[in-house]
Amino acid sequence: MTDAAPNISPGHSPFAQPEAVRRLKQRHAAERRFRFYGVAAIGFSVLALLVLLTTIGQQARSAFTRHVIAFDLDLDAARLAPQGVEAPAAIAGNVSGFNQLVQDALRTRFPHHADQLNLRRELYGLVPRLGVLAMAQQVAEHPEWIGSKRRLRVVLSDDLDLFLKGGITERMQLKLTPESRLSRLETGDFRLQDLSGQRFSALHAARDTRAGGWPTILIRAQDSWFTLLDAGADELQLRHLAGPRPDERVQIAGYVTALLISTPESDRTISDHQIAWTLLLQAQGDIQRVPNLSLLTHADSTYPELAGAGAAIAGSLLTMLVTALFAIPVGILAALYLEEFAPRNRLTGLIEVNINNLAAVPSIIFGLLGAAVFLKAFGMPRSVPFVGGLVLGLLVLPTVIIASRAALRAVPLSVRTAALGLGASKTQTVFHHTLPLAMPGIMTGAIIAMARALGETAPLLMIGMVAFVNDIPAGPGDESTVLPVLIYKWFSGAERAWEPMTSAVILVLLSILITMNLAAVLMRRHFEKRW
Amino acid sequence: MLQIIGHLPMGWLSFTLLAAPAFLAFYMGRNALTATLVSGTAQLHSRLNYYGYYTAMCTLVPGLVVLLLYVMLGPTSVRAQIASELPGYMQALSPMELGQYLDKVVDHARLRDAPATGNLLFDMASRRWVELEALARLVGILFALAAMYLGYTFAMRRIRPDFRARTHVERGGRMVLFICAGIAVLTTFGIVLSLIYETLLFFAAPGAPGLGGFVFGTAWNAQTGMDFGALPLFFGTVMIAILAMAVAAPIGLMSAIYLAEYASPNLRSWIKPVLELLAGIPTVVYGFFAAMVVAPLVRSGAEWVNALSFVPDDFLAAQPQSALAAGLIMGIMIIPFVSSLSDDIIKAVPQSLRDGALAVGSTRSEAIKQVVLPAALPGIIASMLLAISRAIGETMIVVMAAGQRAQITIDPTSDLTTVTAQIVALLTGDTGFDSAKTLSAFALGFMLFAVTLGFNFIALRIVQRYQEKYD
Repeated sequence: MTDAAPNISPGHSPFAQPEAVRRLKQRHAAERRFRFYGVAAIGFSVLALLVLLTTIGQQARSAFTRHVIAFDLDLDAARLAPQGVEAPAAIAGNVSGFNQLVQDALRTRFPHHADQLNLRRELYGLVPRLGVLAMAQQVAEHPEWIGSKRRLRVVLSDDLDLFLKGGITERMQLKLTPESRLSRLETGDFRLQDLSGQRFSALHAARDTRAGGWPTILIRAQDSWFTLLDAGADELQLRHLAGPRPDERVQIAGYVTALLISTPESDRTISDHQIAWTLLLQAQGDIQRVPNLSLLTHADSTYPELAGAGAAIAGSLLTMLVTALFAIPVGILAALYLEEFAPRNRLTGLIEVNINNLAAVPSIIFGLLGAAVFLKAFGMPRSVPFVGGLVLGLLVLPTVIIASRAALRAVPLSVRTAALGLGASKTQTVFHHTLPLAMPGIMTGAIIAMARALGETAPLLMIGMVAFVNDIPAGPGDESTVLPVLIYKWFSGAERAWEPMTSAVILVLLSILITMNLAAVLMRRHFEKRW
Repeated sequence: MLQIIGHLPMGWLSFTLLAAPAFLAFYMGRNALTATLVSGTAQLHSRLNYYGYYTAMCTLVPGLVVLLLYVMLGPTSVRAQIASELPGYMQALSPMELGQYLDKVVDHARLRDAPATGNLLFDMASRRWVELEALARLVGILFALAAMYLGYTFAMRRIRPDFRARTHVERGGRMVLFICAGIAVLTTFGIVLSLIYETLLFFAAPGAPGLGGFVFGTAWNAQTGMDFGALPLFFGTVMIAILAMAVAAPIGLMSAIYLAEYASPNLRSWIKPVLELLAGIPTVVYGFFAAMVVAPLVRSGAEWVNALSFVPDDFLAAQPQSALAAGLIMGIMIIPFVSSLSDDIIKAVPQSLRDGALAVGSTRSEAIKQVVLPAALPGIIASMLLAISRAIGETMIVVMAAGQRAQITIDPTSDLTTVTAQIVALLTGDTGFDSAKTLSAFALGFMLFAVTLGFNFIALRIVQRYQEKYD
């Protein structure tokens, strides 16, 4: 029968025609393109996530450490404890006494400027006024220190802290010939001459090439800091900033350090003098970089160097407690009713449609509900975790119900019929068999719902949880704020130091959320049953 | 004495008030029949504990009802009483001013060691409030105890060995379940009623525009002035939602197609959690990213375009906050919503349709484009609608990155404001709820709710129909 096979000559094969082959190629190219679009779309999402996380991580890094200044202080009883050593509260609150002490220490450290008022003010600006609070607290706890000399630490002002973490644009080392001379001019400024020439051309160039606003160049010669006024190829005009003031004329050998700061002084919140003092203190080991634990323990403050997320973390915990206590039980019971007991009628249908719609209502609407009903109609207090928890509870209730229903539906009918067959009542069947078997699934849904509640901001703004709270709340009835709202508040802060701190708090929040989501995923994998 | 009661924390007070008698009732009800059980004179219908549960239930419920009544009526009647005791010139104030005064009094009186303010009338009112509050509480507590006692005796009378305690307890339990399910419905009613009520108050408030002026007015300045023309807000909302969907719709849909049709199970199990993570990031974080990273990029991009020789100067607004920055990031936020919903819907298309298309010689992408997607179209449209509703209602990103200026312009690099951003701006801070300014936030919220509810409702109906078709 072989000759009965259709005789397809090459000329009749559909793929022998160049037209068809071309079309086929086109179609396959389209297929590849389509696939590529898919990969690109997914790649875009993954890339977006990575970029988001790394940028925030980068920004946050500097906020996890901070700089402190250590001082040897004479803890003078008359000044620190005017009401006697037995009044620790008075000592802990004696901000002005401790500030005077710190300011005296700074003045003895840099005596050259003691007579100029504005320079003195700049000098005192190294330490924020309320920065001594931690020190005062320490002393109040150890009254026996008073009268002795102790080494104590104060936080460095946030702008200088940021400067030390990366305000220097460029650092240069210039080797000098042994014949270099530093000499004082009649104007009080200094001239640094390097007789072999051409050593300073790099500085000269740096000074000239930057258009628009002179960059600041700070020069360190021996143990003193100068600012660069003018640069020639072999000589520098300098003005003394800090450190010992050299004599009429000194020989200088070895290296001078030059720091380039691209923002000119007029555009900075910190002055050249402050930078010089800070650098001197740092070189002498009095400024140290320490882990910034207060970021997690302190309450909020208007000073970024003193502010922390401690109160917000406590507030978030309290709010979540209220939300969990409300939404999880109510959600599970509602799901039980709808899935196990509800008669199939119009009312049940209405409730179901309602819950599905409620799950997609914007969160800010729940905030409006909270403001209109809880605050205005019921007269509940503003800014408290109890109200916030209730609002968030209503917000995530549909999520909990939907997840619980799915988990209940996954329990096979045979379990129910077996229990009923052995004589259990409907209620006993549900509570002794169906619910326990569905519990892992329900809890997974509950964790995801709680994670969502933890990240919500807008509804809490509506019920006043943005209020400035400088105490760590002790119960759900105390005024407080929560982590996402704190992020929003710090984001709105004007000072630049808030930015890394905001990123750091975001990292804290994200790590909590990711842990919760991970726990949910692991739970789902661990308890997942194939019936 | 009254001072102390007036300041007790009411939550704990009512909890003890309810819990202690209920426990007592449980043991009494249980013990009432222990003798019968031990002697074996009669057979019990239910297990012993159920009799205890029954008595506890009968005791608890009346007490709960009375306390709820107290919560609803108590504070308002105390306020009314205080208001009636104020001197005549105070009562002559408008209800709004009187209400604000009473709010201040109550806030002050709630402090445990309220310092005297020096204002004689205020201090007296504050002290009087504590007394009246304590009286009201005492009355509430007494009534609650009486009601609980009545319920208890009722239950104890009914308890006999042949009493069907379990049936009754189970019926009660089912009521509790029903109430829990009803809370969701109550929430919806609460939202609708409160928004309508506050919106009506807004339109009645002095200085408020008419409905037409509100919806079609083009000048919005509620913070400082009294201009309530919300059209620029609606425009901003729609503009940003369009920008967001321009990002989210193609990327989300392509991700869903790839995940459903091409990806290996292994890849799926990796990509899905990543997308879920993207959905799980709080919006305030997206807002921070949009404002700190994307907005400056958009601005410098716009400045670069402006500097091109063939582009007129100031062609783009190049604002530090921009609709484009907010829209882009919002789009990224919405990708997971589009992709996970569309993924489910594409997977629900029967395999036979795909097999048929492949069998007649189509490539996979042709099968998808010409068979699977048309079949899934209603569901995909529904997922887009849900995503749009999400974009319209999104708040923090626009608050942080889109700006506060109410204007109508199609330049995406200019700053725009939206309905949600204005609600936040109007209601943040310690303002009373009585001015036209704050009330306008509720009117905006009502519009927002109505529109998103419409989108959701349509989308969910489509999904439901679609499921019925293929199930």
